[in-house]
Amino acid sequence: MTENPAVRVRGLRKAYGPVTALTDLDLDVATGEVLALLGPNGAGKTSAVEILAGHRDRDGGTVSVLGRDPGHAGLDWRAEIGIVPQHCADLGELTVRESVRHFARYFPRPRDPDEAIELVGLTGKAGARVRTLSGGQRRRLDVAIGVVGRPRLLFLDEPTTGFDPQARRRFWGLIRSLAGRDGTTVLLTTHHLEEAEELADRIVVIAAGRVVAEGEPATLAGRASRTLVRWADGAQNTDDPAALVAELTRRYGGPVPGLTVTRPSLEDVYLDLIGDHS
Amino acid sequence: MRTFALRRSAALLGLHRAGVELKTFFRERDAVVFTLSLPIVVFVLLGAMFDGVYPGSDVTTAQYLAPSMIAAGVASTTFVNLGTGIAADRDDGTLKRLRGMPMPPSAYFLGKAVTALLITVVEAGLLLVIGVVGFDLTVPTDPARWLTFGWVFLLGVTACSLLGIAVSSLAGSARSAAAVTNLPYLVLAFISGIYFTPVGQLPGPLVTAGSLFPLKWMAQGFRSVFLPDTILAQEVVPSWEHGRIALVLAAWCIGGLVLCLTTFRWRGRRDR
Repeated sequence: MTENPAVRVRGLRKAYGPVTALTDLDLDVATGEVLALLGPNGAGKTSAVEILAGHRDRDGGTVSVLGRDPGHAGLDWRAEIGIVPQHCADLGELTVRESVRHFARYFPRPRDPDEAIELVGLTGKAGARVRTLSGGQRRRLDVAIGVVGRPRLLFLDEPTTGFDPQARRRFWGLIRSLAGRDGTTVLLTTHHLEEAEELADRIVVIAAGRVVAEGEPATLAGRASRTLVRWADGAQNTDDPAALVAELTRRYGGPVPGLTVTRPSLEDVYLDLIGDHS
Repeated sequence: MRTFALRRSAALLGLHRAGVELKTFFRERDAVVFTLSLPIVVFVLLGAMFDGVYPGSDVTTAQYLAPSMIAAGVASTTFVNLGTGIAADRDDGTLKRLRGMPMPPSAYFLGKAVTALLITVVEAGLLLVIGVVGFDLTVPTDPARWLTFGWVFLLGVTACSLLGIAVSSLAGSARSAAAVTNLPYLVLAFISGIYFTPVGQLPGPLVTAGSLFPLKWMAQGFRSVFLPDTILAQEVVPSWEHGRIALVLAAWCIGGLVLCLTTFRWRGRRDR
């Protein structure tokens, strides 16, 4: 990680008429980091990503993406960025290979199109018309097009919607290798908490247009210090479950009846966080 | 340096876009058949319905109709097709994806223009063949007439394409685009002396209204290529008015370009 963040957002605001999508959003993504943006539907995730990718105008705040303002950035900036948008229904009559090959031409030093197709596991469908793909296969094609230009920064807006479990695992492997081997910075939005936990170096939770929590998946919102110890005669939250269990063992002079130790799942923490906002 | 290289590749990317657009168009069989056949069906129907020869000439109604229908075919494959096609591109995410690519915007328009031009050549060729085979249309041998055909065709395609690009921004969605483009197209086809012949018989106010738009002038230009001067009595004024045709079509090219530059939207109405 370098001192220059790939993405730096301060006080970002966006409203659609009377509906406020983003209020005063601050966000940093370090170079080489995988950051997951979590939040309920309508929290402003897609608005934020689209503003960062230069697809939407903002009402206020400062935004720097790879050192440039996405509202006024040129083609050389675009060549460094990969975007996997939501809701694409284009390319229907082309084949998978034709599509990826076509978009590879836009970039100065693209990946081999067949390699990009292989990365997302669509090699078997390379000759198929895009309109014949299933929803998950179609998303994988979008991801292949997003990475074919060897982007330094990759935006993924709910990339695994419609993936089967096998495709999702494979996709996680792809993102890890992009981040690890190629040093790609990744900003992804997702509803899958397991996915965020699996992939992200850091999680940012937004609700009602602002950041409500951020941190590493293991410690988000005090998750590590909220271990719940239950036993037959009581229950207690603690940040040092081992000490409490040792203490209980001493008290009972042997095995503690009905002992369970549970750390809140990311989902528990997340639902607590957004509970007040949705 | 890289910016320079990307700009230089706009022309090349535009041709690749045209390749992809043409593949997409010709793979949608039903769209190909119905897009190309609409002007042809109208031509055959009108040509078969009316017969007779215009007074003072040996030109039949169908022969008169043929060059006019070529003009209508040009308007259909440029104005209507581009208008609906770009509105569809805006709806299905094509434009959004392209805006996220390091693509000079001109490459998109170049791709659209080359595609429209090629489809229009096919359409005009089909109409011409049907005119010759079915309705005794005579193909001129004088190169000067083909030169006229060339410049009227190019100016007409350019003007109608630019207007099609401009009208795509008026349509709120791909679904409304067909209605938004077909209404002006059909109205102009009636008041430009295409569905209603000869143009000289149209009521004065309608002729005036039609004369404001490119279709009337394109049709007149094509008639001057394929019909003998004896038919001039049936025109609005007894002259082919080549200078005025060039002027009006060129003016619409400029006007259309200005409209495109001021109204074109890469984003749908919801994506502000």
